[in-house]
Amino acid sequence: MEIFVIALTILVLANFLGFEVISKVPPTLHTPLMSGSNAISGITIIGAILSAGSQHTTLTAVLGTAAVVFAMINVVGGFLVTHRMLRMFKRK
Amino acid sequence: MREAIINLAYILAATLFILGLKGLSHPRTAVRANLQGALGMLIAIVATLVDRHIVGFKLILLGGVVGSGLGAAFALRAKMTGMPQMVALLNGFGGLASVLVAGAAIHEALHLPGDPSLQMTIATGLSGLIGVVTWWGSLVAWAKLEGVMSEKSVAFPGQQVFNGLLLLAALALTAMLAHSPYDIEYYWLICGIATILGFTLILPVGGADMPVVIALLNSYSGMAGAATGFVLNNYALIIAGSLVGSSGIILTNIMCKAMNRSLANVMTGKGTAAGAAARAEDVYAGRIKSVQAEEVAMIFDGAQYVVIVPGYGMAVAQAQHAVAQLAAFLEARGCTVEYAIHPVAGRMPGHMNVLLAEANVPYDKMKEMDEINPSFAQVDVALVIGANDVVNPVARTDPKSPIAGMPILDVDKAKTVIVMKRSLSPGFAGIPNPLFAADNTLMYFADGKQGVLEILNALKQS
Repeated sequence: MEIFVIALTILVLANFLGFEVISKVPPTLHTPLMSGSNAISGITIIGAILSAGSQHTTLTAVLGTAAVVFAMINVVGGFLVTHRMLRMFKRK
Repeated sequence: MREAIINLAYILAATLFILGLKGLSHPRTAVRANLQGALGMLIAIVATLVDRHIVGFKLILLGGVVGSGLGAAFALRAKMTGMPQMVALLNGFGGLASVLVAGAAIHEALHLPGDPSLQMTIATGLSGLIGVVTWWGSLVAWAKLEGVMSEKSVAFPGQQVFNGLLLLAALALTAMLAHSPYDIEYYWLICGIATILGFTLILPVGGADMPVVIALLNSYSGMAGAATGFVLNNYALIIAGSLVGSSGIILTNIMCKAMNRSLANVMTGKGTAAGAAARAEDVYAGRIKSVQAEEVAMIFDGAQYVVIVPGYGMAVAQAQHAVAQLAAFLEARGCTVEYAIHPVAGRMPGHMNVLLAEANVPYDKMKEMDEINPSFAQVDVALVIGANDVVNPVARTDPKSPIAGMPILDVDKAKTVIVMKRSLSPGFAGIPNPLFAADNTLMYFADGKQGVLEILNALKQS
């Protein structure tokens, strides 16, 4: 129960923080914001790595490996495409 | 000790994610911010690899190489016009990864001593539900954007009730999973129900509302990640998932406001016009002044202040490079050129800005609606390219119109308005646009790219 309360506290605080930080992103960067946040949501990679690496059963290893593939697409694809876009934004 | 260091690395990663998003508050700091985010991810991955539960690296390496390769291929080959499709797919993959991780975790829990906690089982059910809805919903959104599937709203009577029942069933199964965690079939049943829900939830959304639904699915993918954080009791996942979730919600709100539509109407495909098209004749008859490139060039000749209003049509015609050339030519003559960008121009939030940036338009020339609207009275020429509903003055004047109250770009206040369009066909809202028949408006019927190049040629010859 105590663990849950800590996790819930972090969830609530992180949401407030998210609203504060992201409200300041100007509309001109909203597309890179979306692709960049996709990259960040690739953080599920850490759960995926643990399952693919600890290999409790064949099933969990397969699920974990598939998860590594999809999370890694998000991480690499997300950061890379965001980088491509952001580099194009220039001042006169 | 090792565990403490791993957890510290996760906090560092989360901090870098936050800094990465914070730096997106200005184009000047954005590139570095994105790299900070990537560094955070690298730190999180390396920290996870030293976890002592890992017995073999082969599968991790296999998945990592395949995923990295596919991700890099997607990112490098994606066209800027196709960015909405790319983001739709990434939303989906994020959701699917959460589903797989939660599924693996609940299966593993059965081999560990002690019963899975209530937190874990409930979070697992929610990860499956949200993640699967995100995955299939995103695939539907992708198919609509890519043109694989019709953009039209697909709905049947009682759809909301049906969706509500599916949601209740999934939640009931989550409760049953929490009650008897060793019956894992419940988890896969939840995923099965969420599959149907993913389709029936997103199919009713029409083409014009795609910017909203992409933002919403973005948020869902974050929520699925946060739920998976509760499954694994991992704070990095909870923080990152929350950041993405709140980002998507903010964008969803901005898009809904910019269209003056409620999220409920977007999700049910309601509120699009019916029967209004018959009045097109009354609005346009005898009042349309059509011009050719030479006449447009003559008008530009005397202009000091030009504002270009890009719409989805500009993206479809791939006209952004031609537009940038025209702007450069006018600027070389001492004319001021700016771009007025409506929040829902294009197919996703900020899409037009990316397309213009690709054509080397400086970001300080791209003006937001609220910033540019007071200036239109001083504008000599407003050039509207492939935009329609977002410049329709009916939104201000006719409270019965389907776009009533939608904030629009006040181009009708400019001294001269030139509207470039292929025909008088209505926009997404399906209603005629009195701007096209206004005294100060000239219609230039042409394809976006070809038309702009012809104006440029005419200007060079004069």
